[in-house]
Amino acid sequence: MIDWEIIADNLPAFAGGLVNTLILLGTVMVSGFAISVPLALVRSSRSSYVSRAVWLFTYVIRGTPLLVQLFVIYYGMAQFEFVRSSALWPLFRSPWFCAWLALTINTVAYTTEIFAGAIRTTAPGEIEAARSIGLSRASVVRYVIWPSAWRRALPQYGNEVVMMMHATALASTVTIVEVMRVARDVYTNYLVLTESFGVAAAIYLCLTIGLTALFRRLEKHFLRHLSRSEAPSAKEQTAERLNPKVA
Amino acid sequence: MILEGLRVTLDVASVSLAIACVIGLIGASAKVYGGKAARLSATAYTTTVRALPDLLVMLVVFYGGQILLNSISETYGWGYLDVDPYIAGVSTIGFVFGAYLTETFRGAILSVPAGQIEAGFAYGLSRFQVAFYILLPQMIRHAIPGLTNTWLVMLKATALVSIIGLDDMVHRAGLASAATREPFTFYALVGLIYLAVTTCSVLLFARLEKLSSRGVRNGGAA
Repeated sequence: MIDWEIIADNLPAFAGGLVNTLILLGTVMVSGFAISVPLALVRSSRSSYVSRAVWLFTYVIRGTPLLVQLFVIYYGMAQFEFVRSSALWPLFRSPWFCAWLALTINTVAYTTEIFAGAIRTTAPGEIEAARSIGLSRASVVRYVIWPSAWRRALPQYGNEVVMMMHATALASTVTIVEVMRVARDVYTNYLVLTESFGVAAAIYLCLTIGLTALFRRLEKHFLRHLSRSEAPSAKEQTAERLNPKVA
Repeated sequence: MILEGLRVTLDVASVSLAIACVIGLIGASAKVYGGKAARLSATAYTTTVRALPDLLVMLVVFYGGQILLNSISETYGWGYLDVDPYIAGVSTIGFVFGAYLTETFRGAILSVPAGQIEAGFAYGLSRFQVAFYILLPQMIRHAIPGLTNTWLVMLKATALVSIIGLDDMVHRAGLASAATREPFTFYALVGLIYLAVTTCSVLLFARLEKLSSRGVRNGGAA
């Protein structure tokens, strides 16, 4: 039923695709995380103007499909003469840069909201206590707010990373040869389903399982103070407190 | 012209939502009330679908459906058949988001107090009556937040049907930008239309949530 020869012949192509998928995911996650953390702090700050500006950004990005965002950047930017004549043009002509930019902007919007939600649910008493023993504002963020917010955000952030891994499949529409593109090429060449999309599905499944396991370990590491055996009701309470429903 | 594409997008999204709801209800009842085999297959379905990119599942159903259809038509001698991209798109999106709704509905079913269902049986209602008059009205309230989320994600996922050649907004924007050489204008316009539709849906679902929570203390706020 399964033609293993086709799979063996195309294994190098799939390996190359996997590398490209991972490079894209890795760079997007690094830049996305680096931008989201400060944006989340701004988003949850008391200054309503800046906070609202960040909200507008995340609202627009979260309200539109990633595919459209990608097309606006990849195809759309060429419309403007000033982009084409600027020094940035080689960047916007490159599918890699455009895919990285679109995915980064997209994940920044979602991650910012996740982190901001976690920051907002910090117990006010913790911040007051830290201020009253004389920590500076920066120290409060660094040593009090962020460590606890990060722990609350971790499960949702893990979901976001898996979603982004799935979203890299859209990069196949702008000529990047990642796993999805390889699968589509194998399909068009041989007209077989299992040996093309089946292999890709297996790869994505493994990636999902791997990422889920990684985040479970991270949660175990960062939330180890919660794993002591407690009375079930107290445990449930902490779980609820750590993972509150964020609208 | 783009607006005609909007009709296709909304059409695909709402029909897929209906399919996803049906699949979700079946999946959720299999998970909660089913036997071992039903539970296992429902879990296998939700786990696999949620572990794969939507685009992949869509192409598998699209091409796989094509192959399946042709092997069927070959045995009956109907000749070559094309899979309609509309049917392929609607059934895949429904199939994918049915998995998400299965989880939503499962949670909603579990949040209806067991006593309510027992009381229904105690009054001599049939299983069907219990499901329709007792379980469904009460679970809807708990399902709406999850349903809202799924609808918003699904609406955006309809952009993918342009890849399998369905004539939706994104596809039309592609044609229009090729003709006018103004890709930014058209893709940005499509983005704005999506934004308007999601905004309207959020407002609509908020009202729906209030409506389904009437008679509940703190309803709508919880």
